[in-house]
Amino acid sequence: MVDAVVGFLYQFGDAAAFLILAASGLAIIFGMMGVINLAHGEFIMAGAYTTVSVAKLGVPLPLAIGCGALVAGLIGIVLERLVIRHLYRRPLDTIVATWGVSLIASQGTLILLGPSLSDISTPLGSVQIGDLSYSVYRFVLMGTAAAILLALYLLFTFTRFGVLARATIQVPHMAEALGVNTRLIYSLTFGIGAALAGATGGLYAPTMTLVPTMGSQFITEAFVTVVTGGGDVFLGTAPAGVMLGFIRAAITSWEGQLAGQIGLLVAVIIVIRILPRGISGLILRERA
Amino acid sequence: MGRGPWFWLGAVAVLAAAVIYPLLTDSYTVGNTVYFFNWAFMALGLCLIWGYGGALSFGQTAFFGIAGYAYGVITVDFGSDFGLTLWALLGAVAISALVAAVLGYFLFFGRINGVFLGIVTLAVTLVLERFMAQTAGPEWHIGAARLNGFNGMSGMPPLTIPWPGSDDPIALTPDIPLYYVVLGLLVVTYLALRILVNSSFGNVLVAIRENPLRATMLGYDVRKYQLGAFVIGSALAGLSGVLYTSWGQYITPSSMGITAAALPIVWVAVGGRSDLTTTLLGTIVLIGGFQALTVYGSQYALVVMGLLLVLTVLLAPEGLVAALALLPGKLLRRRAGENA
Repeated sequence: MVDAVVGFLYQFGDAAAFLILAASGLAIIFGMMGVINLAHGEFIMAGAYTTVSVAKLGVPLPLAIGCGALVAGLIGIVLERLVIRHLYRRPLDTIVATWGVSLIASQGTLILLGPSLSDISTPLGSVQIGDLSYSVYRFVLMGTAAAILLALYLLFTFTRFGVLARATIQVPHMAEALGVNTRLIYSLTFGIGAALAGATGGLYAPTMTLVPTMGSQFITEAFVTVVTGGGDVFLGTAPAGVMLGFIRAAITSWEGQLAGQIGLLVAVIIVIRILPRGISGLILRERA
Repeated sequence: MGRGPWFWLGAVAVLAAAVIYPLLTDSYTVGNTVYFFNWAFMALGLCLIWGYGGALSFGQTAFFGIAGYAYGVITVDFGSDFGLTLWALLGAVAISALVAAVLGYFLFFGRINGVFLGIVTLAVTLVLERFMAQTAGPEWHIGAARLNGFNGMSGMPPLTIPWPGSDDPIALTPDIPLYYVVLGLLVVTYLALRILVNSSFGNVLVAIRENPLRATMLGYDVRKYQLGAFVIGSALAGLSGVLYTSWGQYITPSSMGITAAALPIVWVAVGGRSDLTTTLLGTIVLIGGFQALTVYGSQYALVVMGLLLVLTVLLAPEGLVAALALLPGKLLRRRAGENA
């Protein structure tokens, strides 16, 4: 009994952490800027590739993950300058353009670096609880997901950048008239979203095979979490990740991995039917 | 575009060229050209939903897949005698339209719009793909038809037309007769859609695209029009699916996957989504172009496609074909401006 409960909680925490980490960068870019970034998976891939390459040079893993986030963030800023900046008034076109970017990135990586990159092993070993053993690294991932949410909350609520960013996103022209460099703010916000994707890639890099198309393993889950959550990262993405993680863990332990994935997607369709603006829309009482 | 004598003169010229084309080349190339035409129906449907209606559906391949599998299941179970493949075609398209009606009801009557619509339709498509991908085991069958998971379903007969007075029906394998049948279907579909978008239905659809709130205030039920466009467009995607399945006698779940799902959007966006003609031309040129690219430099085909997509969105938001078509007029006007 205890084993079953712990096992379920572990699976639930793992699924929720995955959804929250995969979605947080996307949620910032979508929720704050209204940009649908289909290249999100490729930022994750860039972060994972960088992390593994740096870690193999002997750099400790946390630092390597930081490098992954940094590289993905910088790529994000460059992409914002070159492409995204011209599309803020055309949200549907951002889907098409970022999809193009994603094709170039994954196929370009395949051409330049080959079909796969050799992996690094999952650190920290495992821990015995009851009769079953659990990967310690998975617990670290759960903690990191919570820490990242907290850090984002602090960043956007209490720093000068956060205030300027929220002002820019709410009323761009007013912010500009008051002397805010809105272009810089947009750039940085997009960069932070991309860096979060890179960090996610780095965090999950030790647990999975690194292939150029690895981003696609994240992107569907990331999108459904963001859609279920709605525009707000803290009131939307976090509860959506927890809720969907619960649904997924429950169905997975009942019917298996694939049923879990399908159940997750079906749940999203139902939630969207009831709450077209997502969970944060309900909490903030936005009108649909 | 789409009006005036010059347009129709051009259309007749293109059609004439298409009609004599099989006489100028071998039957393999003709069969290959049919493959390009097969996809055009899906592109035209998406053009109606997205270009005219302003609702980006990311899940047209779901209907493509549903109809393709439905055709396979019906024909494998009931055979191909007595023109049954044609009934299978109609049945499969009807099934995809029905699924579209149910899904569309949920979406549009739930007032899901804009980017959310794209994401939900994509999610539905991926659910279908993942579901079909795991049907490899022998327990997954409908009648005699094995679904076969990722290996794909095969063994369905090509389309056949029973011929009075003859025991052998005409089998439409990828060859010249099939070319003319599909070309005929394409012309009929194009003209029907042209009439539809020029009718008041099309005008309301464009009004909704431009400003849904205003259309509502004018007394139109936005949801019904969007649903109508969605069902028609999805039935066309289903037609593509049936034609593709009967063409290659094969369908796999990956024809619904995320890469496949994005392709119609690429064709329609790059060709020019705001008009049926640009969509049609763009789709056929792009598919032909990418097939050539895949033959000569398979690795780089996807990179080129991505680049084309980004550049189109940035430099020619109305689509490449539309931009090229409007270019002479723009240059003329500039010349006139200089002389004045």
